Amino acid sequence: MVECRGLGHSVRRKEDPRFIRGKGHYVDDIKLPGMLYLDIVRSPYAHAKIVKIDPSKALATPGVAAVVTGKDLDKYGLAWMPTLMSDKQMVLPIDTVKYQAQEVAAVVATSRYAAADGVAVVEVEYDPLPVVVDPFKALEKGATKVRDDKESNHIWHWETGDKAKTDKAFKDAEVVVEQKLHIPRIHVASIETCGCVASWEPIEGKLTMYMTTQAPHAIRTVIALVAGHLGLSEERIRVISPDIGGGFGGKVPVYPGYVIAIAASVLTGKPVKWIEDRSENLQADSFARDYHIDAALAAKKDGTLQALRIKTIADHGYTDAAANPSKFPAGLFHVATGSYDFKSAHMEVDGVYTNKPPGGIAYRCSFRVTEAVHTIERMADIMAHEIGMDPAEFRMKNFIAPERFPYTSALGWEYDSGNYGKALRLAMDMIGYEDLRKEQKKKREKGELMGIGISSFTEIVGAGPSKTFDILGIKMFDSCEIRVHPTGKAIARFGTKSQGQGHETTYAQILAEELGIPPEHIQVEEGDTDTAPYGLGTYASRSTPVAGAAAAIAARKVRDKARKIAAHLLEAAEEDLEWERGKFFVKGTPLRAKTIQEIAFAAYTNHPQGMEAGLEAVDYYDPPNLTFPFGSYIAVVDIDRGTGQVHVRRFVAVDDCGVRINPMIVEGQVHGGLTMGMAPAFLEEIAYDENGNIRGGNFMEYLLPTAVETPKWETGETVTPSPHHPIGAKGVGESATVGAPPAFVNAVVDALWHLGVRHMEIPITPARVWQVLKEKGAALEL
Amino acid sequence: MIPGSFDYVRPKTLSEAVSLLGKNPEAKILAGGHSLIPMMRFRMATPSMLIDINQLSELAYIKEDGDWLRIGSMTREADVDRSELVRKRYPLLADTARVVADPLVRNLATLGGNIAHADPANDHPATMLAYGAQVVATGPKGERTMGISDFFRGAFETALAPAEILTEIRIPRAQARSGGAYFKLERKVGDYATAAVAVQLSLDGSGKVASAGIGLTNVGLTPIFARAASDSLEGKKPDDGAIAEAAKLASEAAEPVEDYRGSEEYKRHLVRTLTNRALVSALKRAEANTGGAS
Amino acid sequence: MSTHKISLKLNGESHTRDVESRLLLVHLIREDLNLTGTHIGCDTTSCGACTVILNGRPVKSCTVFAVQADGAEITTVEGLAQNGNLHPIQEGFMEKHGLQCGYCTPGMMMTSVALLKENPSPTEEEIRWGISGNLCRCTGYVNIVKAVQYAAAKMKGESNG
Repeated sequence: MVECRGLGHSVRRKEDPRFIRGKGHYVDDIKLPGMLYLDIVRSPYAHAKIVKIDPSKALATPGVAAVVTGKDLDKYGLAWMPTLMSDKQMVLPIDTVKYQAQEVAAVVATSRYAAADGVAVVEVEYDPLPVVVDPFKALEKGATKVRDDKESNHIWHWETGDKAKTDKAFKDAEVVVEQKLHIPRIHVASIETCGCVASWEPIEGKLTMYMTTQAPHAIRTVIALVAGHLGLSEERIRVISPDIGGGFGGKVPVYPGYVIAIAASVLTGKPVKWIEDRSENLQADSFARDYHIDAALAAKKDGTLQALRIKTIADHGYTDAAANPSKFPAGLFHVATGSYDFKSAHMEVDGVYTNKPPGGIAYRCSFRVTEAVHTIERMADIMAHEIGMDPAEFRMKNFIAPERFPYTSALGWEYDSGNYGKALRLAMDMIGYEDLRKEQKKKREKGELMGIGISSFTEIVGAGPSKTFDILGIKMFDSCEIRVHPTGKAIARFGTKSQGQGHETTYAQILAEELGIPPEHIQVEEGDTDTAPYGLGTYASRSTPVAGAAAAIAARKVRDKARKIAAHLLEAAEEDLEWERGKFFVKGTPLRAKTIQEIAFAAYTNHPQGMEAGLEAVDYYDPPNLTFPFGSYIAVVDIDRGTGQVHVRRFVAVDDCGVRINPMIVEGQVHGGLTMGMAPAFLEEIAYDENGNIRGGNFMEYLLPTAVETPKWETGETVTPSPHHPIGAKGVGESATVGAPPAFVNAVVDALWHLGVRHMEIPITPARVWQVLKEKGAALEL
Repeated sequence: MIPGSFDYVRPKTLSEAVSLLGKNPEAKILAGGHSLIPMMRFRMATPSMLIDINQLSELAYIKEDGDWLRIGSMTREADVDRSELVRKRYPLLADTARVVADPLVRNLATLGGNIAHADPANDHPATMLAYGAQVVATGPKGERTMGISDFFRGAFETALAPAEILTEIRIPRAQARSGGAYFKLERKVGDYATAAVAVQLSLDGSGKVASAGIGLTNVGLTPIFARAASDSLEGKKPDDGAIAEAAKLASEAAEPVEDYRGSEEYKRHLVRTLTNRALVSALKRAEANTGGAS
Repeated sequence: MSTHKISLKLNGESHTRDVESRLLLVHLIREDLNLTGTHIGCDTTSCGACTVILNGRPVKSCTVFAVQADGAEITTVEGLAQNGNLHPIQEGFMEKHGLQCGYCTPGMMMTSVALLKENPSPTEEEIRWGISGNLCRCTGYVNIVKAVQYAAAKMKGESNG
């Protein structure tokens, strides 16, 4: 008898057996008969006219079947395509390139090696144009226009909050702190790059697109919209997202390589594989962050926060291709009031075009929440230090109290639940906060630099309610379809797509909890648009809040029908039956019971007259609200005055994601998220010189942490369920990436505050730390 | 990602390898390959032929012989790192081998390759300067021994003649009361050094420095032998003052260039700090080295 | 352009192939020999997703030419399980949640297997140092360390039992 372990159990993952045997099924593992390979010629210039493309040497290269240019695609109306923000982007340029490494031409060949040989000899003549890399300069009068189809480099202006009330609050404030912050461009760099196998079958007239995508259905619809005029109508498109080696948001956008592969497959009638190299991935795929923030906090002398004001310049690259919900061009940045009770707030963001690759949110950020939390947690710490208040005490004083939930923030979000003080207190206990402050005082007297940094973040995930959330008009519901078989096992399909989050296990656990069928007996599938119900995919930590809710509701629909069948089998009235996970029994006579397995069998063999056979349900869940996971993180650092190195001595992370479906998996998400929060704090940066040349375009320059640089994460939890979620769960995938960076910065600045340092930009490199030490006369030569 | 085409040969003997290299000036020696192959994959290096010497097992050895520690050029970094002999008696070398690239690269990368490739960012060159090592090359005219001090001519440029293959590295045999250390600051495992300092010193009977060698990594177009710094220690008691003075002189010998690892000033300062720390460590090891049998 | 006949042993099986000299070992394994468990994650020899054991040592197979492997013995992830029994490292990764997306996992396990062979009782520091040539984006390494510790304990138990 298999035990039925539902919510709260650290069930070992059902997907692991194939991965640990090397039998994962990733896009580059796919081989189809007659398959051709696509490789791409890329521009060395950030802004240039294309004078001439000479494919002759490439076409003469053995194995090369075709060379595709923008002019070729234009004949089919495919040179341009819409972005997810209803801007437009090039698939291949007709006459001008807009960023370094932009796709310029594509070579199709019979082998990967021949395609590379072809790319090496395509000759392109460029006429370089002035380059725009500074978004502030881009907004100046007379600046070179990045886009020929636009009036200026200003994309949009977006604002929210009460400006008048906020301005008055600042005018009347007893204390004001202001700080500029730049959150630099970074890249998610999952270990698997992006790629696809586009397989057009000419006789059936069907396109099967194997693709690294976190949102297969949305992609299918986009392909139908973009290429429908070529005969690719939606019922003839099948997108299959196989195993994905990490997504984190980088596998949401539609990259030119995908579209070119489709075009090449349709033109040749053969499957076409495109797998990008790591350098291509870093240099051309969707980036994240690049927000230039000007923030201010107003408070009373006693530390009571009053108002928040933020102005931001958002560098979007040459087109707005961020995958935000359409009404929110700055994503959910306006959660920047954070965990604190502000009386008023106002925020404005201006999007800007520059000669860089497009994007903005592809790095585990929950639609700009990393930027929001970085801002508020840095500002909170600056304010606390400025007025001489302990940063933990400052936060406790200003937290939204538990009894205030559901709480509407000054920027309009209704937070579902929270208990911020409890999480912070636990983190403080775990790390021994008071003792650390004593130690810091002693060390400071000896000239040793030790810092303690806190980040008490509130996340916002689970996009989103249909009233306000859509992407390209498609509402952001998600779905679960469950079908129970005669022998009491089940299959469930979802509109989301795991890239390592363990959905095959966690969804099964939700269903197990609701139905009493052991998770081992529930087959979970995602990613095939021919079979899975429509969904918006997995990113921004939305799977548990939205599809997880759909799973619970669908299971309850199944249970409703099961009750009817049980009543029939037990010859009792439905209202006389009670459900105890896994079975219905007659009230008062628990031995008169039917298990879900018996009921399932009866659904096909002995269902009541007039009732349809079968035992299944589907639910498309429209979340009533977002969910608000939260937590408190504390970092302890020691700074080497001789080298500027920051040693992370300890890091405690207390997370509250509501009900925890699988504690082992939740912890794993936190470990990984913390590492992707530490990396931008100390190591990662993508930068451009004044000619638009990238620095950070390969793994020698873009620094991912190894096990040696990564601290030994310590985790803890509190559980504050979401009142509106069917199982009280909130989602956790991105919390740690959101919450961690400011904890590190706060720790470093805390170590240096007494020297007169109030802010440091990330990445905090040893060179930058040393520079600060030197300026403050604190550098040593030992 | 995909290299261009080339001819590939696998000579059975060293003299065959030398002969092939002589006949094919556009050919390159394939040893560990972890500097060459990455460049070939980006088509930044396009040799017409690779001469694979990995099976010349006679070129892989670590042994003390007469006045020298003799290491075959094809000895893998991992084997230098693991060698009990090296760890015990040549700690500077052990320290250095341990931090070349990452553990996987070290299973194929060779000591000879790290030296012959002469990337200013490579670790062993500074160490060899600190040791006052010698290198042995074999060419069409036979064997040639060179002092390390004029081996590094420029970035990626050595004193090796076109058809010569580096075959052996010789480090002066460890004496009692000698010790060394390599201090490298890298932003992460696998990055090149922001700066690194190699220190080797030996003490005389009264505890004064008999000889000292300080080499600097990645703060110039070639590895740098900090001559003034090294000389400043000789004959002195290695107290805090002498160490600090040597560290200052070492930083003045550096010729760093600003890049994304840091400013010129920072790197110069780093040399000072790392030299200080390396000297302290080398001194401790020298004092503890009573010269027992390895 | 030259082509060479090479023979090698992969997971105990002998193979002979004619290959271009420029064919990377990782492509021989994945494309010619159809073992796709070894993955490609970068182009600068940085990530270790392609790690295989070559003549007893873990190496990055993207930075070795197939012709260099003539006469070699190679083990890939597909060769870890013996007679249907998982290797303790595979058990460890599953038991300790040492993988999430699974993409770095084969390379990580091959490195770990070699590490434990050389050092059957590694400290946490030694494990982290030993896997520092393998990048992971999902796990934050904590559970990978636990997986290796699990395997170490199991392998010592087995040899004592």
